[in-house]
Amino acid sequence: MDTAIRCRDLKKTYDGKVEAVRGIDLEISAGECFGLLGPNGAGKTTTIEILEGLLIPTSGDVEILGLTWAGHERELRELLGISLQETRLSEKLTVQETVDLFASFYRHSASTTDVLEELSLTEKADAMVGKLSGGQKQRLAVATALVGNPKILFLDEPTTGLDPQSRRQLWDIIRQFQRKRGTVLLTTHYMDEAERLCDRIAIIDYGKIIASGTPAELISELSGHHVVEFALTGSNGDGDEVWKHLPGVQSVRSDDGLFALRVDEPHETIPALLAAVHDRHAQLAHLTTRQASLEDVFVHLTGRRLRED
Amino acid sequence: MAVPEIDIEPPKTESPTRVNGRWAGYRALLGARMKELWREPEVIFWVFVFPLLLALGLGIAFRNKPADVTPVAVAANSHAQSVIDLLQRSPAKNSIHADVLDEKTAFDRFRLGQYSLVVTSDDTGLHYRYDPARPESVLARSQVDDVLQDSAGRAEALKADATQSSEPGARYIDFLIPGLLGMNLMNSGMWGIGFAVVDMRQRKLLKRFVASPMRRTDFLLALGSSRLVLMIIEVGLLLGFGALAFHMKIEGSLLAILLVAGLGAICFGGVGLLTASRAQKIESVSGLINLVMMPMWIFSGVFFSYERFPQVIQPIIRALPLTALNDVLRAIILQGASLSSQWAPISIMVVWGGVSFFAALKWFRWS
Repeated sequence: MDTAIRCRDLKKTYDGKVEAVRGIDLEISAGECFGLLGPNGAGKTTTIEILEGLLIPTSGDVEILGLTWAGHERELRELLGISLQETRLSEKLTVQETVDLFASFYRHSASTTDVLEELSLTEKADAMVGKLSGGQKQRLAVATALVGNPKILFLDEPTTGLDPQSRRQLWDIIRQFQRKRGTVLLTTHYMDEAERLCDRIAIIDYGKIIASGTPAELISELSGHHVVEFALTGSNGDGDEVWKHLPGVQSVRSDDGLFALRVDEPHETIPALLAAVHDRHAQLAHLTTRQASLEDVFVHLTGRRLRED
Repeated sequence: MAVPEIDIEPPKTESPTRVNGRWAGYRALLGARMKELWREPEVIFWVFVFPLLLALGLGIAFRNKPADVTPVAVAANSHAQSVIDLLQRSPAKNSIHADVLDEKTAFDRFRLGQYSLVVTSDDTGLHYRYDPARPESVLARSQVDDVLQDSAGRAEALKADATQSSEPGARYIDFLIPGLLGMNLMNSGMWGIGFAVVDMRQRKLLKRFVASPMRRTDFLLALGSSRLVLMIIEVGLLLGFGALAFHMKIEGSLLAILLVAGLGAICFGGVGLLTASRAQKIESVSGLINLVMMPMWIFSGVFFSYERFPQVIQPIIRALPLTALNDVLRAIILQGASLSSQWAPISIMVVWGGVSFFAALKWFRWS
């Protein structure tokens, strides 16, 4: 399979001291949807902007569609569609005028009508950009990236701050682009987005990739990929120690009275858990089990939650 | 090393593609810029309406008034009518308004300033009451005395005549309009380019543009061209207004005026671009723009001649781009000067525009 994006040992240091990216290697195949997942400030935006040719790395090599940025910038720009984090497009232009403007920069562009149709913006074609909702603005930003018929679509935090419906709408658009054999590289700090949308992901923390693979691989690599969550009343909690020794428990996390046990087999752990609760004369206030998620992978790898909010 | 094959054909999709020529981006950028300006009511006001209001206000305040009529009181007695007759017989009768009043009322109203002079005529001759501290009173005394003496048959000792001069071309409004035009070209060049660029930088729109295949030169060209389009409207409006409202006469060629105004617009566009080349925030660039323009508002002879400033700083004043622009505009509009005679101030503008443009390109930040 053709390689769409490749980078080796990418490093970026700002002002000679802040190390935003500390050695990143990526190889993304054509037609793939690849996600860079990580908390805010992990170096995702710096990485994607280096790949987009907007930042020059302190060291390391980048190849996009087999071309390097130095000497091939103009050809590459024709082949890429880019949506930056929070670009505020001109409010006094209409949706159609904005897409037309971006279309005019490409030697070959898609028809504005088709792109608006594809992104469900046809009804808003004559609306001023300033009057659009957050979701519509974000779809417009993606429209300006898609109007050049790109081979690769770069999206930096495409759904941050959007309501669930707008997010799903954008996911559909991204999948649709991918069906037309487009390659997608996106950054996100939403694990559900990465899990549902991306073929492969790389988890980034402090400027380094700490894990990569398909979402399913990453989760199954986690020993104990089920999670049992419970809360108690009538006990002031004996700490994590008690629960760690229940059968099949790999790790224990407690968060504001809510315990989360990562376990291999819930059917072995839960009876023991119920017995232990009974022994301490406590009652269960809450009990659920679920599959482990990328969030659990991230917590396992870093000891921190993905989003500290 | 094998040269990778670049496939610039669009991917095969069901949607038809559009082919855009070399200048499609430039045209679209210019079109978008003009639409944005047109849809911004503040721009219309500051660029087009405000200079006209300023010209109107100042033109009215400093207009050449018709010659004043001197109010004179004549004390009522048997000789009063002969004074009135003498005044009526004079060719200058329209510049003197005389009322016959009893002496006490006449003195009272003189004291209140309603009359500039009280004339009393009796058997001994004419008696004038005037106030040496009031210039119009002093003037009235000599004016009325001359009129009465001449009407009574005084012979001129010397032959003399006088010509009035208040023709268009020498009035304050004639001086003012080219200055306002220059100032307006500076204001809209600095704000139109400087502010717009920083605004787009702050909104990350510049960065978004350079992430596309847009040519950076097209972007700058479109900005410059939008200034030229506005310049033509600005020049037409101000000069048309001067001609219609104040019967201003334009001595030089319109083409020369447009060329100079265009050079001025580009020159200040360059200075504006330099001012905005690195600023990240609207607030910081606003301060910078005002800082750059302030000295020129004061020194460059917009509202009054810069000759009034001390001789020592004249060379500095003349080196300012707005001084050069105002000088050339005045020379062409008021004196009908040719472009070639104005090479010195024109080169000053070219240098300012050129140096700031290339410095701006060197330091410019797209993100």
